[in-house]
Amino acid sequence: MSTIETNMAAKDEQMEKPMPTPGWRRLAGMREIGLILIILALFAAMSFASPYFLTWENMRAMAMAFAVEGIVVVGMTILLISGGIDLSVGSVTALAMVIAGLSFLNGVDPWTASLIAILACAAIGAIMGFFVTKVGLHHFIVSLAAMVIARGACLLGTGGRPLGLFTLPPEFKFIGQGSIGVIPVVIIIFIVVVVAFDFMLRRTTMFRKVFYTGSNEKAAAYSGIRTKKVIFLTTTLCSALCGVAGVIYMARFGSAQPTFGIGMELNVIAAAVIGGASLSGGSGTILGAILGTILLSVVSSSLALLDVSVYWQDIIRGSILLAAVTIDHYLSKRRS
Amino acid sequence: MSDVILKVSQLSKAFGAIQALREASFELRRGEIHALAGENGAGKSTMMNIINGILQPDSGEIRIDDQVVRIGSPTEAQRLGIGQVHQEIALCPDVSVAENIFMASTNVSRAPLVDYAGLKRRARDILSELGDIDPSALVAGLSISQQQLVEIAKALTLDCRILILDEPTAALTEREAQALFAIMHRLAARGIAIIYISHRMAEIFAHCDRVSVFRDGQYVVTHNVAETTPTQVVNAMVGREIDARYPAKAVGTPTDGEVILQVDGLSSPGRFQDVSFTLHRGEILGLGGLIGAGRSEIVKGICRIDPHATGEVRLNGNVLPLRRYQQSIDAGMVYLSEDRKGDGLFLDLPIQANVSALKLEQVSKGGLIDSRREATLARELGRRLNLKYGSLSHPVSSLSGGNQQKVAIAKLLSVNPKVIFLDEPTRGVDVGAKLEIHRILRDLANSGVGIMVISSELPELIGCCDRILVVREGRINGEVAGETMTEQRIMHMASISADLPREMAS
Repeated sequence: MSTIETNMAAKDEQMEKPMPTPGWRRLAGMREIGLILIILALFAAMSFASPYFLTWENMRAMAMAFAVEGIVVVGMTILLISGGIDLSVGSVTALAMVIAGLSFLNGVDPWTASLIAILACAAIGAIMGFFVTKVGLHHFIVSLAAMVIARGACLLGTGGRPLGLFTLPPEFKFIGQGSIGVIPVVIIIFIVVVVAFDFMLRRTTMFRKVFYTGSNEKAAAYSGIRTKKVIFLTTTLCSALCGVAGVIYMARFGSAQPTFGIGMELNVIAAAVIGGASLSGGSGTILGAILGTILLSVVSSSLALLDVSVYWQDIIRGSILLAAVTIDHYLSKRRS
Repeated sequence: MSDVILKVSQLSKAFGAIQALREASFELRRGEIHALAGENGAGKSTMMNIINGILQPDSGEIRIDDQVVRIGSPTEAQRLGIGQVHQEIALCPDVSVAENIFMASTNVSRAPLVDYAGLKRRARDILSELGDIDPSALVAGLSISQQQLVEIAKALTLDCRILILDEPTAALTEREAQALFAIMHRLAARGIAIIYISHRMAEIFAHCDRVSVFRDGQYVVTHNVAETTPTQVVNAMVGREIDARYPAKAVGTPTDGEVILQVDGLSSPGRFQDVSFTLHRGEILGLGGLIGAGRSEIVKGICRIDPHATGEVRLNGNVLPLRRYQQSIDAGMVYLSEDRKGDGLFLDLPIQANVSALKLEQVSKGGLIDSRREATLARELGRRLNLKYGSLSHPVSSLSGGNQQKVAIAKLLSVNPKVIFLDEPTRGVDVGAKLEIHRILRDLANSGVGIMVISSELPELIGCCDRILVVREGRINGEVAGETMTEQRIMHMASISADLPREMAS
């Protein structure tokens, strides 16, 4: 705050409490700091509770687990900010694996096959975008349909069985399995994606229009922004990032699994929302969403190490989501 | 006084800084059709919403049958025998006509099961009086006027003693309106008291017994319709001193300056027809008329926010080949929406992000936003408009209504516009901010910007504008300037006809 502003604030008769600054201004706001503290507390508690938690292997496994899903979380967060939602992320990710895998098995080199898969996913996003912006259907329904269709396509293409891709060249598998120094390549890719999109979301005019559109679509249209185009693009981007994630999964597993990613959409949406994205659009940060992803995977990993039943894990994850959204609801109500 | 069914005394209601009702009183007799007249914002709807339990008064008293009542909710109003047909249609579109009609009475009924056959039969009985509507049709398939009739039928089922009709004929055809009047008279003969809100003098004088006039949230006068004239009523509606605190007008005649905007034959089917006018440099041109006359639509057509408009728009002599609003912005034509919260501002985004939204290019380089330049832009415009804020990074929702409106205006000014359209620029702002906004508009005009203002407040139009076009049913019905700029004349052009009766021309 400059001196002038401080003076104005002092003169202002209204009570104006400091507000949390939206994502594009500052790197970390109140919510991000809160999430970091919770994650650190969990780390501290778990390192006492289990000797295996704070080991290099466990950390690495955890990071590998959330890194690829984190790429999808980035796409989902941007889509949520623009006011949309995508339930098809899990099956589109699986479809990327299947398309790339089938292409590879039919003699296409794995890099070209990956590109084909990513473009195919982008096309699925574009088709969803068409139904949302041109036909005027709701994101929820369109992506629900896409979720089912993409899953069906996966099963159809593979006959329901995983495709073993044993001949994948090592330089391709390196993306999913290799490390540079001690850091897995997957994590490097993840960090690059996160940093790039976080920067773009905070700084570029292109992504600012995403915030405008999600915050108030009509006001955005009345500001000369082509809101349909924005929504079309964010929908396409989200699916394209699913494609990227799918290809990386394929390199990591050395196979293409048609049933991969069932229920992934819930995890991804939960992570974004815990990180501050609003289902009504207009707010959200990449950093927050990634912290949400990390929190969820730390919780999963902790529960696994503590030998908690898988069934309990779902119940606990759902409860965390509910708690996060409830807290958020009260905070935003107090703000207005 | 046993024939008085409803007596409202000293009712006051404020919304924030705006006093919507000020110690208003009103009296309704059994079996009468009582018209409520007043300009937009005179307090009629607020009073009706209080009587119907939607709003709670800040002070004052309501008596029904000489008993003081507290009407806490629409359900309580129903129990007291008060029914209302709202101006806006509030039906469930995917449900049948019969079910819609009995929605409210099902609500009060104690029966656990719905008797659909009975519903349909009773609906048919009620509808047969009103017009040809199939009780089993879905509401979504009905025309607006048929939906309005369903709304009316809905109120009739409630067995009410007081029926409030808020501009019920706005969407009706002449024949449907006549059918409605016949029903009104029948109901009144049964002893039901009807409150009839309308802007149409002809209807009031043909069908009502008494008329009460409201102005600025206050009760003015009640006349027996037989003993008064439309002119008297209109005078009572607008008869206040024009606020002297408006900024000085342009010197010379308003059309002295060069033409900055010329609109020719602008039409949009179903919205407005054949609109032509010129706007001059340094002029503030008003657009008057009743709500729903098509004022906002015309302006949106000029800016190409409404893409269906046809016709020619010239800015500084050049025909604008406009297809999108973005192109209007680039050409220097900007629009301030009438609904600040709904479609004017990004309430949850920072002040500076709102100010820069029209043209992000000017605060960015190579597609990257320079936050410092954005803040500078907002700070400078904020200073020019005397904007009060805590920090530019605070969301707009943290500001008062007047300051929010200034942010919306700052957003327009950020692109150095040549022509500005403002739709209800002072709606919902307090008096102080209102005066400031008027001053800002005049300063802008003096700096050579062409300004067009839409306002439903006649004193504001007259006080601010150099010239006023009056819109009625999608057409420009007349123009007033200088001496001829009187509220009576404008109200006549807006609600009665293009020509002023001789008695009023003086």
